[in-house]
Amino acid sequence: MKRSFLKLIALGGVALCFYLPLSAQAQLRVEISGVGANQIPIAIGQFFDDPASDNQITAIIKADLQRSGVFRVISSTDLIGESGTADDARWKTQGADALLGGKLRRVDGRLEIRYRLRDTAKGADLAASALTVNPQFIRLAAHRIADDIFEKMTGIRGPFATRIAYVAKSGAEYRLEVADSDGENAFAAFRDTEPVISPVWSPDGSKIAYVSFNTKKPVVYVQELATRRRIAVANFKGSNSAPAWSPDARKLAIALSTDGLTQIFLINADGSELRRLTSGGAVGAINTEPCFSPDGQSIYFTSDRGGSPQVYRMNTDGGDIRRVTFNGSYNISPAISPDGKMLSYISRRDGRFQVYVLDLASSQETRLSDGPRDESPSFAPNGRYIMYASESGGRGNLSVVTVDGSARYSLNAKASAIREPAWGPFTK
Amino acid sequence: MSGIKTTASIAALVLLAACSTVKLEDKAAPVEDRNTSSKSSAPTPQEPTTDAVASSNVSSDPLNDPNSILAKRSVYFDFDSYAVKDEYNGLIEAHAKYLASHPERKVVLQGNTDERGGSEYNLALGQKRAEAVRRAMASLGAKDSQMEAVSFGKEKPKAQDSNDAAWAENRRTDIAY
Repeated sequence: MKRSFLKLIALGGVALCFYLPLSAQAQLRVEISGVGANQIPIAIGQFFDDPASDNQITAIIKADLQRSGVFRVISSTDLIGESGTADDARWKTQGADALLGGKLRRVDGRLEIRYRLRDTAKGADLAASALTVNPQFIRLAAHRIADDIFEKMTGIRGPFATRIAYVAKSGAEYRLEVADSDGENAFAAFRDTEPVISPVWSPDGSKIAYVSFNTKKPVVYVQELATRRRIAVANFKGSNSAPAWSPDARKLAIALSTDGLTQIFLINADGSELRRLTSGGAVGAINTEPCFSPDGQSIYFTSDRGGSPQVYRMNTDGGDIRRVTFNGSYNISPAISPDGKMLSYISRRDGRFQVYVLDLASSQETRLSDGPRDESPSFAPNGRYIMYASESGGRGNLSVVTVDGSARYSLNAKASAIREPAWGPFTK
Repeated sequence: MSGIKTTASIAALVLLAACSTVKLEDKAAPVEDRNTSSKSSAPTPQEPTTDAVASSNVSSDPLNDPNSILAKRSVYFDFDSYAVKDEYNGLIEAHAKYLASHPERKVVLQGNTDERGGSEYNLALGQKRAEAVRRAMASLGAKDSQMEAVSFGKEKPKAQDSNDAAWAENRRTDIAY
């Protein structure tokens, strides 16, 4: 740990390692590395009266912004109240472009959090808001404040008050877990002694579709998170897998092997009205890993019809199939950015499986990861980050990289191997 | 290496334990080496229930003869390949003929891959391997209604290590009665 810290410093970067937070529930360890120089320096003072909540608010906001790669947090133990306007000049001389302060107040058992974001150069407010929450939602409130600051400073919606899903394995147990974007508040939506793969969020974040081997073969389930009620939406002869939601949440694209080879079908989200989209053709091709474009008009997918697995796109009626990836002989697991402009996938080059991103307009391709066996890229709902499965020390963990490759962090579970990440949608 | 051995002997113990309570045709083949987790749960709804018929002629069933070629139930594949190699022709023919002469019997063909690459593509590749064996058996007399080809992809590796030997062991279709 110390060594990698020193190494990155020597390279001119910044690296941080810390546990988040100090609560007993903390499941994931966060490591940050490779942060670039173009960061926004922001001073964050101790929120006034935050000590009454174990300093959670300040700590969570700092951790979110630091992890984002966009900010360089200048920590201060000063109590900068939400009205601390007189501090602009002092913080500007200490290199801070922005200054965040706030205070907490208990009102009838609820927490009122006021905060103010200052532009230290202009001496003006960038944000001055208040949130009132029940104490159990204090983490969510902090993430929302961090989201607001991220958006005010970058013009892009913040990714912090979102959730992730992934599969954890410890011993013989597989768990489909859902957690906050920082790995906190993790809970098992489903646990089993048979494998679970390919979780994917419904567009409104209320359900997860996934593949369970619970009956000794892959079957596609849709599970409602609030009630834990689940239905098998695809349990046909052979293998059932690779669910993807249509943007209107009415349909799922799935991969079935009902007639032998794996092909892509559409099915209603309640399991009715199965419709075939692809066939193996004369070459006996595999077609799998469907993924809808955000406008719902196309489906990206993996096919070996050309002799090696590559990413293709087609219309949602199965027509107008076009090849999308051309570099290398193994490109799989397509994920499309929320604006539909970028495609991420796993490419095998020189025996290494790594995350790439392709600008669909310019065909500019960039490698974003450096692992030997990276898998399952998934875009953050703001399109600025990609989460993927990676390995370190022989154990699965999750990594997050900015889409320009400038910063990266990883989430490690203490006692589990974790993989198959899926970043959930924005929630209201 | 010792790790694999330990796993194997534990699996064998579980297998013995299972045999005392589970019907013979379920998974009594000596070459089978499932991990313990796959032992305990219920059979798939689509799996056949052939109990009564099968257990009445257990003693004469060549399927239970450890010296029969029917005791061999794994077909191995090359990297990223689903082509059935000639060396497995005899094994596949024996199982196809057995099924042809035992129409009440059913098999699940379980395709597997090594751990490299994505879960879903490997699931499809494992399916292709299961399907290759299914087609070969169909051409030799086994009926479609007796066989289901499924894939475990890379999710249920028999060998746990990350090396060439383990990967070769995991590129496999099992014929499971």
